Amino acid sequence: MSETVKRAEEVGFGAPPGQVQEKGLWAGLLRLGRAFAQQREATVFVVALLLLIYFGFISSASSNFFTRSDFVNITQIMAQIAIIACGEVLLLICGEIDLSPGFVFLFAPYLMHYLIDFYGVPAIPAILICLLMGLVVGMINGFFTVTVGVPSFITTFATAFILSGLTLYTSHAQPSVPSASVQGWIQHWFGELAWSELIMAVVIVAIFHVVLTRTRWGLHTIATGGNQLGASEAGVNVARIKYGNFMITSLLGAITGLMVAFQLNTIDPSAGGFQAMFYAVTAAVIGGTAMLGGSGTILGAFLGSIVLALLLDGFNLIGISANIILFIFGAAVLLAMVVNVQLARVRAAGRA
Amino acid sequence: MTTQVPEDQAARPGGGGEVLRVEHVAKRFGPVTALVDLNLRLACGEVLGLIGDNGAGKSTLLKILCGFQPPDSGRILLDGQEVKLRSVDHARSLGIDVVYQDLALIDQLSVYHNMFLNREQLRGGLLSNRAMRRVARQRLDDLGIGLKSVDAPVARLSGGQRQAIAVARAVYSEAKILLLDEPLAAMGAKEAALILELVRDLKRKGDVSMIIIAHNYGQVLEICDRVNLLQHGQITLDKPASQTSVQELNDIVVAEYRRALEERQRSA
Repeated sequence: MSETVKRAEEVGFGAPPGQVQEKGLWAGLLRLGRAFAQQREATVFVVALLLLIYFGFISSASSNFFTRSDFVNITQIMAQIAIIACGEVLLLICGEIDLSPGFVFLFAPYLMHYLIDFYGVPAIPAILICLLMGLVVGMINGFFTVTVGVPSFITTFATAFILSGLTLYTSHAQPSVPSASVQGWIQHWFGELAWSELIMAVVIVAIFHVVLTRTRWGLHTIATGGNQLGASEAGVNVARIKYGNFMITSLLGAITGLMVAFQLNTIDPSAGGFQAMFYAVTAAVIGGTAMLGGSGTILGAFLGSIVLALLLDGFNLIGISANIILFIFGAAVLLAMVVNVQLARVRAAGRA
Repeated sequence: MTTQVPEDQAARPGGGGEVLRVEHVAKRFGPVTALVDLNLRLACGEVLGLIGDNGAGKSTLLKILCGFQPPDSGRILLDGQEVKLRSVDHARSLGIDVVYQDLALIDQLSVYHNMFLNREQLRGGLLSNRAMRRVARQRLDDLGIGLKSVDAPVARLSGGQRQAIAVARAVYSEAKILLLDEPLAAMGAKEAALILELVRDLKRKGDVSMIIIAHNYGQVLEICDRVNLLQHGQITLDKPASQTSVQELNDIVVAEYRRALEERQRSA
């Protein structure tokens, strides 16, 4: 491109110069490949595919991999991660993080148990109060982060411990079971049934994918994280966006907690916790959501949670200790960040 | 220092009456006084140039007028009616729009999403991207801003293109008062010409009044009907553009530098 043409293009005057079109099958494949690489979800999709091939055909576990019970297991692990990851993606995009959803996850089933068994609240109102509790925790996170100005890392760290202490104190760290009144169709459809986790995860992921890519809320979330001052100057209610995304994340934590309690038919004092949050953030990050704010994808986080579920399940099948898995995840997060940074450069160069 | 607002200029060029009046507005930020007893008038269809040194309070005044922050005291009248501007959205709904010095563009979003930020077109509750893309394209073409694609994120545009998009965004908001904060800062001659032509176009159509903050007095005098000089939070000069010159404005500001320098030397 000559210097004058380039300048004219930069300034925005004159017709855009025609690009030389590549021809032929090879060029077509190249273009397709390039278009694929332009997608932020591309890397994690390839990783998921490779893992599927590895565990399904190559590893010593391949004979057990393509079975119904194993697939159900994978979807159950995936769903726990993916649902919370939807909230974390929204928060990471608007420049915040929530460390506490795993403890809303922990507290919600206990709260349901207390309400029904100690206070005689009927099942459905009790569940609704649990979800409301999630929203309130999110609002508290929002209040201290947005209104008071404490960094979200600290705010949600504190609420995580508070919820943890509250749960352990009130339950005496004793496990319990979902009350008789939620057993039956509620427990059946929201966790116990083999594919119910998958359905819940897919529905929630679909909803938040649309929210992020096709609604004002999503656009304003990106604007808030991309340029907070600019967004507020344009009239975007930045505080409302952040409050809302904290509330969404905690709500999803509560939903996940109830779902897992229904699935396992037990209310466990060691459920959820920082690990649930860590998996969700990991899924978001390896799915292509930058920690810097302003960009991210729900679909990527969904694929990321599939990758994590395949790893957790596959390692278990092969018989590798679960202890090493954190090591692998840590390395995967680092690798994902490096790849994302590099790919972002390639993408920027590809568009230019 | 006294503020003079000659009566005969209140309702000049546009022919219509007064669209905006600012009375005794003051604003402090902690120990810093940004505006003291500021008075200003804008006639219908008029282009008012607001000049003054850095820190004189120009941007503060603009942020008050666009509803971004409230004044500590004083009144703002729109078409003779006193208004309290509660938010940027509220000011916009009353017909006041602004192009910020920092442009308020979101790098990660596409050109058309930026142009429609916070006034998105919806269909069934969802963003109508196709409609926004089409309208954005058409508006940019109408304004003579040749962009290859409205889908590109604004991060990839040049300074002038970014400026043009911010102006285009405000122009099409059906504003009757447009506030431009240094629309020509950091622009090459070609890009500045594009923006100046845009302003002239709007002026010819005559249904929008503008306040333009600028540093380049030559450009101000070229497109403005009237010039106000802001010093230490007050309007200290108010003249029609035809009755002043770059020389006069320069002399005033240079005199100010001298005074500041002398004061510093005296206190040292």
